[in-house]
Formats: sequence, C-alpha cells, structure tokens
Amino acid sequence: MALARRGGIGRYYDVNGWLFVAPALGLIALFMIYPIAWSLWMSFQSGRGMMMKFAGFANIVRLWNDPVFIKALTNTMTYFVVQVPIMILLALILASLLNNPRLVGRGLFRTAIFLPCVTSLVAYSVLFKGMFAIDGIVNSTLAAVGIISSPIPWLTHPFWAKTLVIIAITWRWTGYNMIFYLAALQNIDRSIYEVARIDGVPAWARFTHITIPLLKPVILFTTVISTIGTLQLFDEVYNLTEGKGGPSNATLTLSLYIYNLTFRFMPSFGYAATVSYVIVILVALLACIQFYAARERDR
Amino acid sequence: MKNGIGRIATATFTYGFLGLMAFLSIFPFIWMVLGASNSSIDIIKGRILPGEAFTANVGKFFTTVNVPLVFWNSAKVAIFATVLTLAVSSLAGYGFEMFRSRHRERVYRAMLLTLMIPFAALMIPLFIMMGKAGLINTHIAVVLPSIGSAFVIFYFRQSTKAFPSELRDAAKVDGLKEWQIFLFIYVPVMRSTYAAAFIIVFMTAWNNYLWPLIVLQSNETKTITLVISSLASAYYPDYGVVMVGTILATLPTLAVFFFMQRQFVQGMLGSVK
Repeated sequence: MALARRGGIGRYYDVNGWLFVAPALGLIALFMIYPIAWSLWMSFQSGRGMMMKFAGFANIVRLWNDPVFIKALTNTMTYFVVQVPIMILLALILASLLNNPRLVGRGLFRTAIFLPCVTSLVAYSVLFKGMFAIDGIVNSTLAAVGIISSPIPWLTHPFWAKTLVIIAITWRWTGYNMIFYLAALQNIDRSIYEVARIDGVPAWARFTHITIPLLKPVILFTTVISTIGTLQLFDEVYNLTEGKGGPSNATLTLSLYIYNLTFRFMPSFGYAATVSYVIVILVALLACIQFYAARERDR
Repeated sequence: MKNGIGRIATATFTYGFLGLMAFLSIFPFIWMVLGASNSSIDIIKGRILPGEAFTANVGKFFTTVNVPLVFWNSAKVAIFATVLTLAVSSLAGYGFEMFRSRHRERVYRAMLLTLMIPFAALMIPLFIMMGKAGLINTHIAVVLPSIGSAFVIFYFRQSTKAFPSELRDAAKVDGLKEWQIFLFIYVPVMRSTYAAAFIIVFMTAWNNYLWPLIVLQSNETKTITLVISSLASAYYPDYGVVMVGTILATLPTLAVFFFMQRQFVQGMLGSVK
C-alpha cells in the first residue's frame, strides 16, 4: 500500500516535471540538436547548392589544402590567444581597484566602464570604423600627442586591421567581465585583505595571491564564455572590414568564412559545415583544457 | 603601514588608470553624438566639436530609411522573442528545479552542453529548414530558433533555488494545480528575476545580427541593426547619417540600462550568484 502510494506520487511528479520542461526541450531538439547533427552529416557531403552527394573525408582533405581556411583559423586563434588574456587581466585589475570601498566615485567609474556592454555589436563596430579612419579622430589624436608621425592604416594594413579588431572587442567586453569579478569579490571576506595589508603584503602580491586564487571559478567561467565568443567572432569583423575579411583576409574569421562559403560565393554547404565543425571541436577542446588547467592548480 | 609618498603614488595610479579607462569607455558614445551633428567629411577628418549638420543628418536618415517600419520590425522581433523565451524557458527552469528526477538531471546536463554549440555550425541547416518551411524573409524565422534557450533555463533554475518552497506547499494545501501554482504564485514572486531576464533577452534579440542578416533579405523586413550595417558598408558611407542610426539603435538599450541598472547587472550576472 505504502509502496503503491509512493509510486503514484513519483509518477505524478515525473509527469508534471516533463510537462514543464517539454516545450523548451522540444525547441532545443528541433533548433539545436537536429541542426548540429545534420551539420555533421553534411560535412561528409560535397556538391553545389542542394545537389549533394556523399564524399567521405574529401572535405577534411580540402581543409588542409585551403589557404583561406588556414588563414581564417590562424586569425581566429590569434584573436583568442592575444585578446582573451589581455581582457581578462584588464577586467581583473579594474575589478580589484573598484572593489576598494574607500574609492571616491566608485559607482561612476563602474558605470562608465560597463557602458560599452549596452551597445550592439554592429553599432560599435560601425563607430570604431569611423573613429579609426585614416584621418580619423584616433590617428589625429595620436599625431597631436606625438606618438605617431604618420597616420596608422588601421583598416587597410593586415597587422593594424587585426589590432583594431582586438582593440574593439576589448573595448566592448572588458566591462562585462569586470562585473562578474566585482560580484564575486563582494563575496570575499574583506578582513583577508586587511590582514594581508597589515602583514605588509604589497598590493600586487595581494592581487596574485588572494584575488586570483579566490576568483578562480569565476575566471574559469568568464574564460570559457570569452573563448566561445571569440571563436564565433563575426559581427565586428564583418562590419569593420566591409564583410570581406579585411586586407588580404587579415581579419577573416572562421564564422565569416562559413558565411562567405554559404551565402556570398557559390553555396558549398558541405564544405562550410566541415569548417563549422572545426569551431565545434575547438570550443569543446579549449573548454576541456581550461577546465583541466583549473583543476590541476587546485592541488 | 604605508608612507605618505607611497600612498600618494598609489592613489595617483589608481585614479589615473580608472579615469583613463572610464574616458576610453565613454568616448565612442560622445563621438557618436558629436558625429551626428557633423557632416560625413568632418567626421572622417576627426572633428570632435559639435557641428551644424544635425538636422540635415536626421533628415537624410529619415528619407533614406523607412524609420517607423524598421523600428517596428526590430521591436516586433525583440518583443516576441523575449516574451516567448521567458515563457518557455522559465517553465523549464522551474520544472527542472521543482520536479527532480535522475533522468531529468541527465537531460539537464546534456542540455547545458548545447551552450557550447557555436551558431556558425547551426546556420546552414537552420537556413535550409526555414527555406523548406517557407519562412525565409519572415520574422517568425528570426524568432523561432532563439526561444528554447539553455542559458535562460539555467538562469531561471538558479534563481528558483531562492523560491520559498513553503509558498508551494501552502498553495498545494489550498488545492491549486501545478500550472496554477506556477502562474499565480511563482511568476508574481519571481518578478525581479523576470525583469532581469527580460532585459538581457530583449537586448540580445534587439542587437541580434548574423541570423537576421541571413534570413531577412527584403527591405520590408529588415531590422535596425541590418539597416545600420548596410548604411555603413556603402562604398562612400555618409557617416553623419550612420551616426544618427547608431544613436537610434543604441537609445532603447541605453535607456533600459539607466532606468533599470540593478536588474540589468543582475541579468548579466545571471548564474554566478
């Protein structure tokens, strides 16, 4: 009797549980799981437009011999390797400076640095394109201060175009990461810092030996988020460099290349799907490495 | 204890650095507003003083762009996406937290893995699906794929942990059905969670670019982000007009930010707390 009743409640619980989550799961299955599986299947096919046939590993072989793909991959990895650490470190420094309760104008600084997060990726890319024009405000300011003697070709030189993309993303996302660190810092007992200060631990050592270890879970979280974001970079590059990927493909990213393969050139769905799986694998791989690295340091 | 000079040096560095960062963060906004008042040539030449071309730029923007239609398109997409996402994902977040079972826990974890799926790997199949369904060039196609959001489900599940279970028990004793408890107890109690999620989802939908770029191909369906992008990618873009566009596109999210700063930040943080 008792058993039957428990079974009954369990079933009732289960039915309700599934009913509540069913609509979301259905949509995720239809618009995430099904397409991602289809993409995988597509990556083993080749052909133009909808006329596709099984091609085995032909697309993967094509990847190796495609200089544009290699370029897009190198660029994407460059953005990731250079930009993510700069941004995370900058955000950490800003957060620990702003965590000081005696700081005058704390709220003002915080709001100002967070403000870029409000803009759409397209809007700020367009703004940056204008600001970094050859005679634009950035070059004229740098020249006026005496840092440069001739204007920097931000939009037309491969190296500077990449630098511009990195500057732009850092501007947009540093405040976002900073907010995560500020929230986490508020949960740290202030007295730890007080004790360290009284013991004569210098500010930099307090930062590297207290702040960073205590924030490790949050740093991991934001690093994974930034990794996923950087590997999918599209809006900024498309709008900063007229959708073509910049001077001699210097700013081309994997996402932009997939877009070009699918919607700009003669559609080559199979090959584009293969390139998209490179991103899938990279994201999974890098996330695993980051989780692993964070766990190692625990011991 | 630190000596006087050291303290002054630290303070100088702190305020100098923060001041510089704050300035660099705000400058593009100032430049955007000043730019809207200057002619395209002056903007490209780096002029940073208010000019006299503001009304001309606004006029040109309103003649080149069907502003009410574009705004209506953006608003329609963003509002439908937000309301549907919140409804579906809060139901799921509540369901996952309230009715736990071993199987559902596994499904939940698998669902979180979809957070790592890059959109680039979805867009080709999604495009073909929408084509087959005859939905290309419709706002339905823009909204549909974003409704089931693992991130929002995660956010609601985390927030539901703070939902007092006594309320649920009391409602049950009073004979309310599960859907009634959700609708009449949970939703009103969790309104600040809904507000925060609303802001974030709305902003994401309002600013969405890649998927609308693929799906919306006619001028009648385009959203404000698409319009700005195409204005700015002209061979000789009229930057004054572009600036008016970026201001109009940024204004709604900026206003939401300033009026609801607390919920805004709460929504951004989402899961962490």
